[in-house]
Amino acid sequence: MKYVLFLCTLVGGEELSPEEIAEDPRFTAYIDEVRSRDIVKGGARLRPHTDATTVRVQGHEVLLSDGPFVESTEYVAGIDIVEVADLDEAIALASRHPAALGGGSVEVRPVWE
Amino acid sequence: MPDVEPDVEEAVAVAFREEWGQVVATLIRVTGDWDLAEECAQDAFAQALDRWRRDGVPRRPGAWLTTTARNRALDVLRREAVGAAKLREVAVLARDEPSYEPEDASGDDSGVQDLQDDRLRLIFTCCHPALPIEARVALTLRTLAGLTTPEIARAFLVPEATMAQRLVRAKRKIRNAGIPYRVPPAHLLPERTTGVLGVVYLLFNEGYAATAGVDLVRTNLCAEAIRLARVLARLMPDEPEVLGLLALLLLHDARRHTRVDAAGDLVTLENQDRTAWDRAEADEGTALLETALRRGRPGPYQIQAAIAACHMTAPTADDTDWADIAALYGELARFVPSAVVRLNRAVAVGVAEGTDAGLALIAELEDEGDLAGYHLLPATCADLLRRGGRMDEAAEAYRRALELVENDAERRFLEKRLAECRFA
Repeated sequence: MKYVLFLCTLVGGEELSPEEIAEDPRFTAYIDEVRSRDIVKGGARLRPHTDATTVRVQGHEVLLSDGPFVESTEYVAGIDIVEVADLDEAIALASRHPAALGGGSVEVRPVWE
Repeated sequence: MPDVEPDVEEAVAVAFREEWGQVVATLIRVTGDWDLAEECAQDAFAQALDRWRRDGVPRRPGAWLTTTARNRALDVLRREAVGAAKLREVAVLARDEPSYEPEDASGDDSGVQDLQDDRLRLIFTCCHPALPIEARVALTLRTLAGLTTPEIARAFLVPEATMAQRLVRAKRKIRNAGIPYRVPPAHLLPERTTGVLGVVYLLFNEGYAATAGVDLVRTNLCAEAIRLARVLARLMPDEPEVLGLLALLLLHDARRHTRVDAAGDLVTLENQDRTAWDRAEADEGTALLETALRRGRPGPYQIQAAIAACHMTAPTADDTDWADIAALYGELARFVPSAVVRLNRAVAVGVAEGTDAGLALIAELEDEGDLAGYHLLPATCADLLRRGGRMDEAAEAYRRALELVENDAERRFLEKRLAECRFA
């Protein structure tokens, strides 16, 4: 089954760039594992929530606002699309993700297909 | 032969209690469809009433019911014109299971292990931690214990539509989120087993908290929980905590009827009528606990059962071995680092070693503040002071507890105690 892992980190927490992530041993161990098992089918590291722009449409008017669509103590810092056998495997993967270990959380959502 | 009929009805009722979970569990594995599995199981029991009257009760009612339910599932799937591949799959799975043949009189038990595994699969899936706890409880009662949705709704004091929705959502999540239908692999098993035991214990406590005179369905939860714990103990005989849970439930249940008096007021352990305790049930619990403890792997359920056994085996309240109980609570606190467990330990220490020793432990808890606003904190102080004959201080503590208590039965109990302090 395919799942998307929403990797959430705490507002005001660490904001590692993709380059920093590539050299951080916490991440490299995890990345090596998922690569060797060929389970990550896509994903992205996102810039911080402060760089977000939210778009709404009311009638013919396009309304823009600065920041994420909902203020929260956590924000989505990245997503991984993974393909594994079942929810237990997806949970195991999420629980080893450095984002979850660093005080954040990982939302595991099945892909609708 | 009209005199045969009650026997058949009784046989179907017994089969329902014994086999419902098994039939549903196997049908879910074979069809992968929870609703279809329940429907076909129901249908098989309805047919049993008819057919067993005519043909007699089969030698293996469970096998007969499973085969009948499986054939029904094949019919439904055929009518719904599901893909030929799926049909073949169901048919093949069914054929591979020799013990399902109702005519099979060979006594071959090779399929029994599979059937037991099905029931375990179902238990672990119903109690999967990705489901909300209320859904785990409801699903376990529906699919494993065979309670109807209205019965479960009544037991948990929620509208029927709410409970129906809860069950629908849970089944949908199992399907959509890819919760596997299986007994978890070894590395997940200890944690998931703890989760399953937690659901059964919660079920029991729901029934236990219901006082006498209220809806029977609620108090029946105790019996359902014990039945499920028995199934677990049969399926996982090497797990001492599983035996410990069953022992604990039996020991609590043995004195369930003496906990509340005719007026609906709580009766404390010391004042309960010990001659009214169910000795057979208590003895079974004690024996199970001994078997569990011999494995040398203690855990929170075994320790709680040991505490319950200390109370149950004391001929009078005064004979209670409080030093032993204090030690057991100390042990329990190592597994369950909870302030409530330490509060219980304080009571035992207070009775065993003297009021001040107990009060000192309570003072520690007060300082930590985890139990701030919890009525049992001052109520426990009050109880120790009362036992130590310090009535003025006890009355003061009872008053503080009364400011915090919410439950009516407990309020009446504290008021009674406060009055006793005044007139002492």
